Amino acid sequence: MMLDGKIPAGPLTEKWTQYKSTMPIVAPNNKRNIEVIVVGTGLAGAAAAASLGELGYAVKCFTFHDSPRRAHSIAAQGGINAAKNYRNDGDSTWRLFYDTIKGGDYRAREANVYRLAEVSASIIDQAVAQGVPFAREYGGLLENRSFGGVQVSRTFYARGQTGQQLLIGAYQSLSRQIALGSVEMHNRHEMLDVVLVDGKARGIIARNLVTGKLERFGAHAVVLATGGYGNVFYLSTNAMNCNVTAAWRAVRRGAYMANPCFTQIHPTCIPQYGEYQSKLTLMSESLRNDGRVWVPKKKEDAQAIREGRKKATDIAETDRDYFLERRYPAFGNLVPRDVASRAAKVACDEGLGIVPTGLGVFLDFASAIERYGKSKANSMGLHNPERPKIIELGEEVVKEKYGNLFEMYEKITGEDPYKMPMKIYPAVHYTMGGLWVDYNLETNVPGLFAAGECNFSDHGANRLGASALMQGLADGYFVLPYTIGTYLANDIRTPKFDTNREEFAATEKEVRERLDSLLGVQGTQSVESFHRRLGKIMWDYCGMSRTAEGLTKARTMIRELREAFYKDVFVPGSANEFNPELEKAHRVADFLEMGELMILDALNRNESCGGHFREEFQTPEGEADRDDDNYAYVAAWEYKGWGEDPTLHKEPLIFNDVHPSKRSYK
Amino acid sequence: MQTMKLTLKIWRQSGPNDKGRLETYPVEANEHMSFLEMLDVLNESLINDRKTPVAFEHDCREGICGTCNMVINGQPHGPMGGTTTCQLHMRHFKDGDTIVIEPFRARAFPVIRDLVVDREAFDRIIQAGGYVSVNAGQAQDANAIPIEKETASRAFDAAACIGCGACVAACPNASAMLFVSAKISHLALLPQGKVEAKKRVQAMVNQMDLEGFGMCSNVTACEAECPKGISVENIARMNREYLSSTLGSEVQG
Ligand SMILES: Cc1cc2nc3c(=O)[nH]c(=O)nc-3n(C[C@H](O)[C@H](O)[C@H](O)COP(=O)(O)OP(=O)(O)OC[C@H]3O[C@@H](n4cnc5c(N)ncnc54)[C@H](O)[C@@H]3O)c2cc1C
Ligand code: SF4
Ligand code: FES
Repeated sequence: MMLDGKIPAGPLTEKWTQYKSTMPIVAPNNKRNIEVIVVGTGLAGAAAAASLGELGYAVKCFTFHDSPRRAHSIAAQGGINAAKNYRNDGDSTWRLFYDTIKGGDYRAREANVYRLAEVSASIIDQAVAQGVPFAREYGGLLENRSFGGVQVSRTFYARGQTGQQLLIGAYQSLSRQIALGSVEMHNRHEMLDVVLVDGKARGIIARNLVTGKLERFGAHAVVLATGGYGNVFYLSTNAMNCNVTAAWRAVRRGAYMANPCFTQIHPTCIPQYGEYQSKLTLMSESLRNDGRVWVPKKKEDAQAIREGRKKATDIAETDRDYFLERRYPAFGNLVPRDVASRAAKVACDEGLGIVPTGLGVFLDFASAIERYGKSKANSMGLHNPERPKIIELGEEVVKEKYGNLFEMYEKITGEDPYKMPMKIYPAVHYTMGGLWVDYNLETNVPGLFAAGECNFSDHGANRLGASALMQGLADGYFVLPYTIGTYLANDIRTPKFDTNREEFAATEKEVRERLDSLLGVQGTQSVESFHRRLGKIMWDYCGMSRTAEGLTKARTMIRELREAFYKDVFVPGSANEFNPELEKAHRVADFLEMGELMILDALNRNESCGGHFREEFQTPEGEADRDDDNYAYVAAWEYKGWGEDPTLHKEPLIFNDVHPSKRSYK
Repeated sequence: MQTMKLTLKIWRQSGPNDKGRLETYPVEANEHMSFLEMLDVLNESLINDRKTPVAFEHDCREGICGTCNMVINGQPHGPMGGTTTCQLHMRHFKDGDTIVIEPFRARAFPVIRDLVVDREAFDRIIQAGGYVSVNAGQAQDANAIPIEKETASRAFDAAACIGCGACVAACPNASAMLFVSAKISHLALLPQGKVEAKKRVQAMVNQMDLEGFGMCSNVTACEAECPKGISVENIARMNREYLSSTLGSEVQG
């Protein structure tokens, strides 16, 4: 079956405007009687729930957190893109669109990406109006910085806490709607299934995490804004509780999962240090504005550093390899993430890694500190300042820019990054894949929508920095509130759904059986230990580089692990109480299925593009070798039953306005 | 890697109706672990012994989501200043230490289980008025109102609050003044938030009282324990805002 993305007709630059002014809408008096469920209160969910509430729909909103403000979006550090062109440096909607399509290695839909670039400017307006304290210049206007893969400065930021401030903005708008009664908020409720009535999404089953009770909720439409699935890898930069369950349960009910193998490995994270480690910490990409990535040129030096016999500062300038600057002179340290990550891996594979495990490179601020120090001294009218003064002033500037990140680094590693370069290594960070959606953000299951990281829509095979916050808020504030109307306009006569219906009872029963079966195993191994093993398989065979042979092996390993899980997992307690281990067990069970699908997708895609690097498909210089003739499509997978192979549906990607070229950052 | 043998005394309480008690657990850790990873190790061993693991809350483990919350040796978020529980590392403890771990205690934060408490009172205070009334799509251009860098920066300092509740746990009166005043300040300092400032401060303070938080008696333990360095100056600002808002309404009324 060919999938229909429902892209409106007309020229690219006018599609959204024309579509918006001609799409069916629901009259205000009818909205009050129409119920919408929004699962998730991250940027996408909170923005969607607040905006739908403002429009007058009766919204029910869910999060498994104790408060909507805790969603993982809170952790985003670096910034949010928008085509404001406040810097007068040649930015435009078109350029943001083009950068995003190219950054995604031509594996995203043109129309969606153009719309994203178009609404980006309104997001910044909205956030400022809510009181989001973005960084400002002395003149009182908004400040910007650069992120990877682009040559303009279009990233807005709020110190290193951009996600926090944007999420608090959305949370406040959501809180206002809760107070006004248009949003009914359900904290500590985990959605465990979608309820279909006549093939349409009409409700969910959620578990009250405090009492353990399964509860039924009906609505005319269901929106999933449940985030990404990076925690398949166990270790990632995602918050501990991020998981795939909501999306996977939708897949089990017929929704297609698109491009699941497109995973983003972020180049700058604190390297792993021990077996007990629970998560990896990101050091924001913004640091690559000023940090220079390097390893020693000589293996002896690298070894001496690994063994603690030498320090970074002992290595002479001429003995250092600033490998990104060397390999990619045009973009230097600001190449996109996939490129930077792979380059670090190559350096470490050659034996040049600088941490005891061999898996780490330097991110060095010494040049920036000196440069800033000199320029600050100049601006203060200090001529011929002493070196210590320069360093002192330079450190002040760097502190103002990245202070909290440096502090976080020091807290974790116990080392002072002002004096010694940071040690970093790539880690799993973001998932470009997700639920397949059309231009309306509707999945192939009617009435089931997906927004934010949990859909696949805008980033192709690689996401550019500062674009996830943009997409989450675009979906939530400016896209979904319109496009959901096209579906709901047909539902104005549909009465509210009675949750005593048989469909609800049957789905609830299935959920209960699933939980009971997890509790019933009463084996000997902890849930955590399975998750850790799954993560290792995924990282080793479906991580930064992949081969058909490795993937095939990994598939068998995952199947065996899954079998072991259902034979020998131990989940303490019962289903009728507050039971975090049971929550975790259910999530890991779903990860064990999702992981296999990611592997299948990676096996199917016989090309390298963006974050998906198949060793068999690379250029002589070691760059990704994309195959547009055979793989310029979205791979959307349909679940076919336990143990069955899923079916692949293809949505061809048609490029009318940009010409897919070899992505070069040299 | 040096291992340390520790004795943990942890508050165990199966639910709101259980009286609760401290229980003792030996655990082995090393200095590279985070405090929560040390608890992960304990829980893994409890599970392997088929016992009920200690319930505690956490998510980002980066000091930003505000989920983690424990009183460690009498201090909310433990001994290190400007640090959340999840950012605390074991290198600040030593072999042989006994560590007492309890939940954040306040009438307005009832215990759900062990170290997990209910902090929804904070959400309800925000719902009472901690926002700017602007619908999606109503905003003017973001650069239409310049804001002095210094002012924006002070608003940011207040907006850095992560809603963790340590201020309440630190206060002998379990007052929520620091949390509430941080939001009042954040919004009152910005032109966008000024318009509703009077209404906001009254509504939020009223809700705070309704939730059963205590009065402020200027102990300033909140500031000392706040992981995000929220200043008690915010409380002074809130008091001024509150006073002027009530005066204003009396004049009008
Ligand atoms: C450390 C870090 C830094 C980042 N920095 C940046 C950055 O600087 N710029 C940028 O653009 N992007 C950044 N990103 C990416 C970006 O933060 C995320 O992609 C984005 O915030 C995701 O938002 P979301 O709304 O889609 O999902 P989330 O914020 O993950 O929210 C998911 C929500 O769904 C709820 N949920 C999930 N499943 C269920 C269920 N079954 N039942 C009930 N509720 C459920 C959760 O409780 C939560 O409320 C960063 C990511 C990380 C990990
Ligand atoms: S004021 Fe400080 S201690 Fe209180 S909730 Fe906010 S961050 Fe936590
Ligand atoms: S777990 Fe997020 S602040 Fe500690």
